[in-house]
Amino acid sequence: MKQVILAAHFPGVNNHTVWSDPASGSQIDFASFAHLARTAERGRFDFFFLADGQRLREQRGRIHDLDVVGRPDSLTVLSALAAVTTHLGLAGTINATFNEPYELARKLASLDHLSGGRAGWNVVTSSDAFTGENFRRGGYLDHSQRYERAEEFVRTVRELWDSWAAEDLVADPATGVFATANAGAFAHRGAHFDIGGHFTVPRGPQRHPLTIQAGDSEEGRDFAAATADAIFSRHSRPADGQAFYRDIQSRGAAHGRAPGSLKILPGATFALGDTDAEAQENADHIRRQQVSPQTAILLLEQLWNRDLSAYDPEGPLPEIDPDVSEDSIVKGRTRMSRDPLKTAAEWRALAEAKRLGIRDLIIEVTGRQSFIGSPARVAEEINESVQTDAADGFILVPHLTPTGLDEFVDKVVPLLQERGVFRAEYGTTTLRGHLGLEGDV
Amino acid sequence: MSAAPLHLAVALDGAGWHPAAWRDPAATPKILFTAAYWAGLAAEAEHGLLDFVTIEDTLALQTTRLDGPDGRTDQVRGRLDAVLVASRIAPLTGRIGLVPTATTTHTEPFHLAGALSTLDYVSGGRAGWRVQVSGRRAEAAHFGRRDIPELRPEHAGDLETFPVFQELFDEAADAVEVVRRLWDSWEDDAEIRDVATGRFVDRDRLHYIDFEGPRFSVRGPSIVPRPPQGQPLVTALAHSRLPYEFAARSADVVYITPHDAEQARAVAAEVRGLGGGELKIFADLVVFVGEDARDRRARLDELDGAAYASDAAIFTGTPGELADLLLEWRQAGLDGFRLRPAVLPADLTAITRGLVPELQRRDAFRRAYGAATLRGHLGLPRPASRYAGSRR
Repeated sequence: MKQVILAAHFPGVNNHTVWSDPASGSQIDFASFAHLARTAERGRFDFFFLADGQRLREQRGRIHDLDVVGRPDSLTVLSALAAVTTHLGLAGTINATFNEPYELARKLASLDHLSGGRAGWNVVTSSDAFTGENFRRGGYLDHSQRYERAEEFVRTVRELWDSWAAEDLVADPATGVFATANAGAFAHRGAHFDIGGHFTVPRGPQRHPLTIQAGDSEEGRDFAAATADAIFSRHSRPADGQAFYRDIQSRGAAHGRAPGSLKILPGATFALGDTDAEAQENADHIRRQQVSPQTAILLLEQLWNRDLSAYDPEGPLPEIDPDVSEDSIVKGRTRMSRDPLKTAAEWRALAEAKRLGIRDLIIEVTGRQSFIGSPARVAEEINESVQTDAADGFILVPHLTPTGLDEFVDKVVPLLQERGVFRAEYGTTTLRGHLGLEGDV
Repeated sequence: MSAAPLHLAVALDGAGWHPAAWRDPAATPKILFTAAYWAGLAAEAEHGLLDFVTIEDTLALQTTRLDGPDGRTDQVRGRLDAVLVASRIAPLTGRIGLVPTATTTHTEPFHLAGALSTLDYVSGGRAGWRVQVSGRRAEAAHFGRRDIPELRPEHAGDLETFPVFQELFDEAADAVEVVRRLWDSWEDDAEIRDVATGRFVDRDRLHYIDFEGPRFSVRGPSIVPRPPQGQPLVTALAHSRLPYEFAARSADVVYITPHDAEQARAVAAEVRGLGGGELKIFADLVVFVGEDARDRRARLDELDGAAYASDAAIFTGTPGELADLLLEWRQAGLDGFRLRPAVLPADLTAITRGLVPELQRRDAFRRAYGAATLRGHLGLPRPASRYAGSRR
């Protein structure tokens, strides 16, 4: 039987994170991050995961104010979390577009040392001039070069990680040799990076921190299959998951990857209850919290690409069609649909058939929880997904900060452990070790 | 306590500031790249009630040459990222300030602001920043984005003749300006969680900073809410006129390197005259402390094959003698000292267990922490956001 991989995603800056609930805590105080990380470690999770965004999102030219806004710098908070955990992997999303390989390789290798081999990096890229306005580099990157540069970026970072051989750090007072003369020497000559010199961080415990990738386009999938150790996918439903899994594994094989060397981890949400019926009620309650009347209009605007602020959230869908021009009213996140007219037609049909107003429709068509049920049902569905190769595990996204994972750890994890598909104790100390990827560097 | 309180910081770097420190019998060179090593040093400094520790960093290997690696195998080479070291030890300490070094030359001000804000959050208001510029061609080659001429011996005596010196400090001043604006870009009460209107933040209390400069333009606001201290502490080491000007304009604390009390008086007056009226002035000193200090220094010099030299004055003597010197120099208009332990942990322990009790006996140093934040230790108020009250 395959072992299930589990990761805990700190609730992020989107409407899935319910901030209006009385139990919702701070999104920025370290205590919230420490609580979720310790809970994940108590549940013997593989790793903790942080998303990222380097510009506050805007809609219709104004800072988006309905969701959680603001977050810490990923690697800085992960390094602090290394002090309050001992085994949990610590993975952060870092944009390769707005960083340089030397500095980022250094930070990730430093985190790997400071955490005893628990560092992970979710590589994302951007060609987005909007975010670029916060950076020296601006939005200079042509879309077609995104993955080309990202591929060279990751390759360069790995060259830097390899620039200290294990034996380069000697530190022997008897012989008086601290490091060999060539320690850290590197030279990379490429289309995007032409750099050389010496790297300052000796080889880390994992040598290469775990690399995660989340691209879903053709190029994104190819890039991930060629270079990543794990994929943060959006395909959490069994049929979609199996199709994605097969697609990635065949792309991986084409790049000479061994089966099992690339872990597929869909992001997943959940709602629990003592019974399945109770869980469904709970799920519905959470969905209403996630989609406030204001959020319903805002999400509708994202598909319609128009100002719909005059519409009643409890009223019918707009009769006017979505604006499909290139210029998006939403800045700082991807568009909701590739074919807005088709999606709008589907939504209209659904609203009519079920007699749904705007808010109820949005609740229906966006973000239903991946797993809804009693702990036994959820444990079974997770295990089933893994055993049938719809996934190798899941990156769980709680809807509440910081206690949103507590119930899962208390009630679902023990059932997975009873089935023998999830560790009862950590048997390894590094993130690569937890995922069985120690030999893959 | 008589007069103004004396402030004490220690500068942590590798195995200590003497290049052969790692070969001291009590040194632990095998663990220099572990969290346990840094946590131990910070805990010891906090035990001594010190104001803060600084953590050295560069984007190149240490070298005895002015520019470029020296290929030496007998000295410590390699460093971890100082901001991440600081955040790793933050949850393990409770009061001491944490001041990592970070360069402005090759980094993004937007990332620096967010990382330092986050350090302030994870430490509960104890973050600072030692601003550094990188005027080395070898470092520039690690990035491949700009040309910096080689720093040559003829520049070393008078850095102001180095062609890019002015440009690097102008850029540093711009970077500090951007970082400070980003720290202010969220007003303290921006998060409102107003269920009735469905709003998490009041966007009128979030501000674009719209900085435009020759090296970068930054739009803002920060992705990180305003840090606990409002503005983490900005510090800089300065040896000559240009960096004095930079420090007077941009920093809260400047480290100077006088070699006697007279020089301390002259430099302090010069810096204050440049407009740094509110600036705290610390003198840097490399210290070998203890009854055996002279012997230890001689032994390390022998191992290294050269007499130790430094930009800062070098003190060798007992805790009592060091206390005498600090109290004498401080009369020159200094607010405090940043001591660079020659050997870690030996000279750090001599500071915390020897010097500090000696100063306390003389009623010249705190007997307990009185504040919870780094600004608080230095008697600096928490500034309001420059944007507070302005509405777009």
